[in-house]
Amino acid sequence: MYSEKVMDHFNNPRNVGEIQDCSGVGEVGNPVCGDIMKIFIQVEDNIIKDIKFKTFGCGAAIATSSMVTEMAKGKTIEEALKITKQSVADKLDGLPPQKMHCSNLAADALHKAIEDYQNSQEKK
Amino acid sequence: MRRIYFDHSATTPVHPLVAREMDHFLTGDNFGNPSSMHYFGRIALNALDEAREKVARAIGASTGEIIFTSSGTESDNMAIHGAAYTNRRRGNHIITSAVEHHAVLHTVRALESHGFDVTILPVDRYGMVDINDVEAAITDKTILISVMHANNEVGTIMPIAEIGRLAQERRITFHVDAVQSFGKIPVNVDDLGVNLLSLAGHKFYGPKGVGMLYVRKGTPWKQTMLYGGAQEHMRRAGTENIPAIVGFGKAVELAVEKIDEESKRLITLRDRMIKEVLDRFPHVELTGHPNLRLPNHVSFVFRYIEGESMLLSLDMRGIAVSSGSACTSGSLEPSHVLLSMGYPHEVAHGSLRLTLGKDNTEEDVEYFLDVMEPIVTRLRAMSPLMRNSDANIPAE
Ligand SMILES: Cc1ncc(COP(=O)(O)O)c(C=O)c1O
Repeated sequence: MYSEKVMDHFNNPRNVGEIQDCSGVGEVGNPVCGDIMKIFIQVEDNIIKDIKFKTFGCGAAIATSSMVTEMAKGKTIEEALKITKQSVADKLDGLPPQKMHCSNLAADALHKAIEDYQNSQEKK
Repeated sequence: MRRIYFDHSATTPVHPLVAREMDHFLTGDNFGNPSSMHYFGRIALNALDEAREKVARAIGASTGEIIFTSSGTESDNMAIHGAAYTNRRRGNHIITSAVEHHAVLHTVRALESHGFDVTILPVDRYGMVDINDVEAAITDKTILISVMHANNEVGTIMPIAEIGRLAQERRITFHVDAVQSFGKIPVNVDDLGVNLLSLAGHKFYGPKGVGMLYVRKGTPWKQTMLYGGAQEHMRRAGTENIPAIVGFGKAVELAVEKIDEESKRLITLRDRMIKEVLDRFPHVELTGHPNLRLPNHVSFVFRYIEGESMLLSLDMRGIAVSSGSACTSGSLEPSHVLLSMGYPHEVAHGSLRLTLGKDNTEEDVEYFLDVMEPIVTRLRAMSPLMRNSDANIPAE
């Protein structure tokens, strides 16, 4: 049911972990629905220098988290904001339909992390 | 790659002796319709009668009480629907449990929308129905009680004989879904005191797509779902699936033949697996009853890990298991069974079920334990729910 790309990212997820003193954190999902994702970003000169994730969830949840970190790493904030759920799913050669909504939250987590970073910038 | 199958509650491989008998009825002159009077029909009818005798003998019934169906699901539907409508003038109240298979629960829910009153009995943390709750739920309108013999997700064995006695005393029709228990623990219709009982061939090394409904003589029950020919004594229309029924009969025979010996062997494997998992992994709980459980049934919840990710990781290492997590059930909700037992959603998502079978060995259990260790470590390291304090490792 999963593409080879999904299985690859599930099996060898990129950028797992946390960033201490990061520039922004985004968390989405809830334990009730069974998927929780947390994304940490390190921003320097408007560029996402480093990005890490932690995810509790199914194969699709882990694979989309991994993919989104790969897509966002090295991008400017503006470029990263253009990453959508659909573009993440496309990069993974698609997701089963029932996973598109419940387990494809990684782009939202990234956007929240960016928002968190932008809010902290405004306060400075 | 080494492949280990630990999902015998989902389905079982067809026993080679079963396959051989079935093959016999897919070839040569053995294709007849048992309703035909000629030579070809008589061969088929003989085979049908023989299978029926084997099944009747195995569960302590007489041949006139055995109806072959297309599945466990069909047996459950026919039993409940038929009993509800046949007893409609006496009352409209149906009692069942919260942990039944959907083949029972959804049938009862459908009847509810057609004017029947339904009581869904709660279960305790082991998934067990309390006989006192059954008694308290009975009213003078109660016409049917349906409780499963053993649960498919947590393996708990229900107090069926006690409920049977109660139902008999109160003259209430009693249906039991014995799909998971048959072949693993004794299933005798008199000992259990049942009026109606469902079986499915593919859970005990028979073929898929064939089931059985037992209807005790004198039970107020008529078929109310499938109209057509006079097959199965006018209780189940449609030309009989002879190869499947022959296979079902053979599988029944084989299942009861070695039940004591095989159950003992499975209990040893089961208890070793349970003990080792609980010893090796923190934050894991056994689900279902510790002793009153099916001999082959092992089930847990692993905190901080989602079930599908365990299933996929094990599958990549050649081990087939199942989980009641939302992701694997095809719905957004985790297992209704675990939720009814009081597990919170996030814990129920971490369920893992390993159901053993005739070809599993000690080495299979050892292999699983070795493979599971790095999987749990890896998935927990990735989990935002896992705090360092939970892992018993020093915080950074
Ligand atoms: C307890 C129980 N009842 C009924 C069924 C349905 O049986 P079948 O798949 O033959 O329709 C199953 C199988 O999943 C089961 O475990």
